[in-house]
Order: sequence, then C-alpha cells, then structure tokens
Amino acid sequence: MKHFLMTTFLSAALALPAFAADYTIIAPANPGGGWDQTARSMQQVMQQAGISGNVQVQNVPGAGGTIGLAQFSSQGQGNPNTLLVGGYVMVGAILTNHSPVTLRDVEPIARLTGEYEAIVVPASSPIQTMADLVAELKKNPGAVSWGGGSAGGTDHIMAGLIAKAAGVDPKAINYIAFSGGGEALAAILGAQVTAGISGYGEFESQIKSGTLRLLAVSSAERLPGVDAPTLKEAGLDIAVQNWRMVAAAPGLSAEQKAAVSADVEKLAKSPQWAEVLKTKGWQDTYLAGEAFKEQLDKDIAATETILKDIGLVQ
Amino acid sequence: MSTFDFLLQGLLVAMQPMNLIYALIGVTLGTAVGVLPGIGPALTVALLLPVTYRLDPGGSLIMFAGIYYGGMYGGSTTSILLNTPGESSSIVTALEGNKMARAGRGGPALATAAIGSFVAGLIATIGLAFIAPAIVKLALVFGPREYFALMVLAFVTVSSAFGDSTLRGLTSLFLGFALAIIGIDQLTGQTRMSFGVPDLLDGVEVTTLAVAMFAIGETLYIAAQGEQGPDKVEAVRGSVWMTGQDWARSWKPWLRGTVIGFPIGAMPAGGAEIGTFLSYATEKRLTKHPEEFGHGAIEGVAGPEAANNASAAGTLVPLLTLGLPTTATAAIMLAGFQQYGLQPGPLLFATNPQLVWGLIASLLIANFMLLVLNLPLVGLWVKLLTIPRPWLYAGILTFATLGTIGANPSVFELGMLLAFGLMGYLMRVFGYPIAPVVVGLILGPLAEQQLRRALAISQGDPSVLFTSPIAAVLLAIAALALIVPAVLRARGKGQVLSQLAASED
Repeated sequence: MKHFLMTTFLSAALALPAFAADYTIIAPANPGGGWDQTARSMQQVMQQAGISGNVQVQNVPGAGGTIGLAQFSSQGQGNPNTLLVGGYVMVGAILTNHSPVTLRDVEPIARLTGEYEAIVVPASSPIQTMADLVAELKKNPGAVSWGGGSAGGTDHIMAGLIAKAAGVDPKAINYIAFSGGGEALAAILGAQVTAGISGYGEFESQIKSGTLRLLAVSSAERLPGVDAPTLKEAGLDIAVQNWRMVAAAPGLSAEQKAAVSADVEKLAKSPQWAEVLKTKGWQDTYLAGEAFKEQLDKDIAATETILKDIGLVQ
Repeated sequence: MSTFDFLLQGLLVAMQPMNLIYALIGVTLGTAVGVLPGIGPALTVALLLPVTYRLDPGGSLIMFAGIYYGGMYGGSTTSILLNTPGESSSIVTALEGNKMARAGRGGPALATAAIGSFVAGLIATIGLAFIAPAIVKLALVFGPREYFALMVLAFVTVSSAFGDSTLRGLTSLFLGFALAIIGIDQLTGQTRMSFGVPDLLDGVEVTTLAVAMFAIGETLYIAAQGEQGPDKVEAVRGSVWMTGQDWARSWKPWLRGTVIGFPIGAMPAGGAEIGTFLSYATEKRLTKHPEEFGHGAIEGVAGPEAANNASAAGTLVPLLTLGLPTTATAAIMLAGFQQYGLQPGPLLFATNPQLVWGLIASLLIANFMLLVLNLPLVGLWVKLLTIPRPWLYAGILTFATLGTIGANPSVFELGMLLAFGLMGYLMRVFGYPIAPVVVGLILGPLAEQQLRRALAISQGDPSVLFTSPIAAVLLAIAALALIVPAVLRARGKGQVLSQLAASED
C-alpha cells in the first residue's frame, strides 16, 4: 500500500510539469486564415487563463493543411507539448491530394468551433429563394455557376450535396474555385457567378447591407438572429458545418493524452474562450474524446462519398 | 459632417502623442521586416496581434498600418543595394536600382525610391479617403475574363525586361511557367508535377525563387570571376543626393506609378507585383533615355517603387469598403478589426467613422515618418557598398539563407534555394535574362486560373473573352503594343529599335 502511494506521488510529481506545459501550436495555414486565427486565439486564452505560461504559434502552410499535418505527425511523434489545429477542410484535402498522412496518424483531441455555410446570390439576381435556385439547377446544371473557396473544400462539397439532394448529377455542377473567400466574394458581388457558397461570417456584413441575398444556411436548426431558412426547410436534406479541431501528436502515453485533453477542456470551458467565440462569431461545438472520434469517422466517410460523387476522388 | 471634416478629426486622433509613438514603432518594425527577405509584414502583424490586445483599437491599427507601409519601403533597400528583393513587389526595383548602385548612384536610387514611395503613399491615401467607393465599383466589374485580358497585357509589356534577345527572354519566361505548374491546381484540387514530394504540393515560393536567382546566382557569378571581375562596384560617384536632373526624371514616373498602382492594388485579384511590371514597362516606353535602361535608369526605380506603395494603399480600399482582404497582411488586419468586434464592410464607414478616419489619417502620418526615417539613412546604407567584396557577398549569402529559413524552416526549401541559385548562375553565364523567370512564376498561374474560370463560367464558349468592353480594350492595347513595333521595323525604322535593343544588358 505504501509502495502504491509512493508511485502515485511519484507519477503525480512527474506529471506535474505536463500540467503547466509550454505548448507549440501548429497552424497548418498562412497567417490570417481561419486555422491561424484559431491557433492564435488558443494561444491568447491559454496564457490568459493560466493553462500554460508559454505558448508559441507556428505556421506551416500548404495543400489544405496536409503539409502541416505530415510534418506534425513525423516531427511531433511522442511530444506532449505540441498541438495541431485542423478542420473539415483538411478531411477533404487529405482525400483529394492522396495525402499519405491522414487524421488517423495523429491523436484528435477535441472539436472546438464550427461555422455554418450560407448560400447567397447578388442582390441584382432574379433568383429569390432556394427553390428558384434549385429549379435553375434542374433546368441546366452547367448554367448555374457556383463561386466559393478552394476545390474539394467545404464550399465545393456543399455545392455537390445540394445537387445530389435536388436529384441532379453532382458531376455536372459548374463550381468555380477561388483562392480564399475574399476573391470569391468579389466575384459574387460583381455577379460574375450565379450563386456563392461560403461561411456565413464571410457574407454577414454584405447580407446586412443588402448587397447580397441570403437564400439558406446549412445548419440543422435556424440560426438565432439570421433571417433565412435552413436547407432542410427548403426541401434539401443537408446539414453541414465547417468545424475546427485540435489534435495532439501520435505516440503519447495515456497519461500524457489525459493531460493534454484536460488542458484543452479547460481552454474550451474558460470565460476567455467564450469571449473569443463571441467576438469572432464562431459557434461553440466542443466535442471531445470517443464521441468526437466517432463523429470524425462519420464525417470522413460522408466526405469521401460526396467527393467521389463530384468526381474529385476516384 | 463632410469627408474633409472627418479627415481633420482623424488627424487629431492620430496626432495624439501615444498614437504617434505607435506609428513610429510600426514604421520602424515595418522597415526592418521589409529589409529582411522572407519575413514579411503579414507575419509581423500576426505576431503582434496578441500583444496589442490590451491597447485601444485605434492605437494598434495605427501601428499595423505603419508596419504595412514600412514593409513596402524596406523592400526596396536590399533590392537596390544587394540585388536581393526583400518582397516580391520589389523584384522590378532590383533591375535598374542595383545597376545604379554599382555605378555609384546608390544614393539617388534609394532617394528616388523613398521620395517616390512617399509621393505615391500620400496621393493614394488621399485617394483612399475620397474615391474609395468609386474605385471599389470599378474593381468589382473585373471578373475572370477582364483579369485574363489584364494578364495578357502584362505579358506583352513584360517583354521589355527581356534584354537583347526575344528568344532568350521567352525561354526564361517559359522556364518560369514550367515552375509555376508545380503544385496543387487551384481549380480542381489535383496535384501537378510534384512527383510525390509533399514539399512541392504548394508550389515554388516566389520569394525563394527571386532571392535565389538574384542574390545567390549573382554571388556565384561574382565568385566565379575571381579577382579580375570586370565591373568594379563604386560606392559613391558624384553626390549621394538626387541632382536636379534626377528630380526632373523622377517626378513623372512617381505620378504615373501611382496612377497604375492604386487601382491594381484595389482589385481583389490584382497584387502589387503586377503594378510594378506595368509601371516599369510604361517608363521604358516613355523615357527620353532608353539607352540607360538595363544600365541603371532612374525612371525604372522611381515608377515601380511608387506603384508598389500606391497599391499598398489600394489594398485597403476593398478591405475597408467590402471587408475583403486581398493580401495576407490585409487578412490579418481584418482579424485585428474583428478582435475589437469591428466588422469591416459597407457599414464600417457609417458605424465607426472615427476609427476609419483615424486609420486613414495615421497612414498619412506613417508616410511622413517613413520619409523622415529613411532619407537620412540613405547616406548610411550606401556605405554598405564600401564593404570589401568577399565580405559583402558572404554577407548576402548569409542574409538570403537566413531569410528563407526564417520564412519556412525546411531543409527542402533551403535545397530549392541553392538549386535555383545554381540555375541563376548558369543563366547568367549563358546570357539568359533572370527577371522573366520570376515574372512567369507570378503571372503564369494568375493567367491560367482566370482563363479557366472565364471559360468555365461561359461553359466553354471562348467568345466571352472578347465581349466584355473592358477586356476588349485591354486586349486591344496589348495587340497594339505587339503590332506597332513590328510595323515600325517593317517600314525601315527598325534600325533605331534594334540599336536600342542591342544596347540593353
């Protein structure tokens, strides 16, 4: 018994440094994007809430996050002080780029935030409702051009899902990929494309000022303060959220994993994090442990199906 | 209140002592990161975001604006003195600026860059204040087909950087295109020419290629020549300051550079580099001293430097009026706005006029500060060139390598830097121009993507490329620029032209 107590104390003492650990967070994208902002917000909150005294953010941009993912899984191996930010876009990028490293090669800890997609048309467009847009799509799928972010990303997947739900061949959609939401927004405002798909936040101020018309949002329930039907109400059985997650390095011991999970939970439950979510307009979608892993597997399977339907993955 | 009242009120906000200090910190930091190749203003602002969280919104945005403008200034210094462009928008500056520096005219080159940047920054910032809504309307008219026409025009004008042989120039340009294909195709998400190497998925970084071709290639070339290298670098010949003639030859390029750079910066898919290419080509066409181009023509520094600063101000047009970030730095400034719960966009001017006008006013102040900071330093900077050559070039190698490693800490990137450096050396030995390779890498993907987008929207109908009035006009200008010299040549005036071409480097 005495021996048992000793080991408990010893392991507690050994584990102690892990609780006040220094962290390096890898943002697998350029400064300014959603993952970078997530990583930097985590840095700020972890320091303010006293979870960690020293947090660094490192940008490893490229290829929808798969370059950062590959580097993280090989160099981070067994290191409990590194974290990786990722998200739904990474799931698609892994499939389209045939990335040799997948999310199974790291240790997903928790889903942190999410954003819903919005389908918009320019204010000058004759299309008034989602039903009008679907009717156009059924008439001639090629004539409806969709403007959104990178190929194989959440926006592209949404366009494919809408076509599929409307009974149109997803391969026939005319999706125009732009680099980042900004360029897509300009093309939509300039009526260069028929409709636009992106995160609701990207369009919010344009919708409020009346230059864009919001047709539908991709959430399961109506969003508070947003005057638009969900896709389900519009007769399309789709609910998609562009979520962001945090993962730990592979090869951690059970204690190390538990310590990282505890720190992430502290972060997600802190009042400072709630404040960040409010100012950035991110939804709190915290989901951890086995429940998150199950959801992740479901998302990966569903994404693979739709990317095959669109024809991006063979 | 009228626009003018708002601006005056903004100036009062920006002139508060604390805000002046933030502006000073910003421009100093910005100049420093602009000088270092690889480390850009985007990363600097990102690193400072958490630090500035406790400041008031006005103060931190003023500091960011200072960094942004400062970065544009700093990039020109290393381009001119060391032939090492600190940012992609100062690549063109190296063409004439470095030749001037080697001929002992580094002082005037730095001065015309600094004053040109000031003039352009001043005019463009005032433009931002008064005509932003009109400019943004113009920018939104530009769709894929208009951008494609603009790229075609840029390709035609780029030929002015080809040197004496069109064939060699085109070879270099197509080398750039070939490098541009590497990586993930944006429109389909499929990888091209990456041969399974994950580091190649994101393509070749423009600054890596530029630093390698210009700095490393040059260093190897000089080292290979040994002691009897022909072109002796003179640190200072004549005055360190601009002469009356320098002023006379600089002021028009400054203004033209501003007019070209500002609207292109405001376009969502424009980019500061394109403005500098167009400005360089314009100055080369209009100059009274065409024989000096390729040997250090001051117009070739004045115009592009004005253009890149004007486009920096132009970038803020879509950011403030649409909430649309068009560069990495603008994206982080957007994050900075959001940190304070402000959403840039059509409503920002109405909901937070003090802040917007405070920002615009502080840009004016940052611009003055940069001039005050940079002009006295010119004398100090040119002393760099008096460093003995072995030390100087060893320093350039260290500097270029550190910058690349700093931006992307990867062994592969370092390998690419050395491989491209070797390529730059070989191209110099065999007399191929360097600049078109970098130009091809920048413009190639833009032209390809816009063409494919335009054709996808029209469902494969190519006539769409000519039916937009703006695209048609741009293509017509490009056609004229190609045909007129050919016609002149055919009518026997070609002797003059070929003589001009032959005297180029």
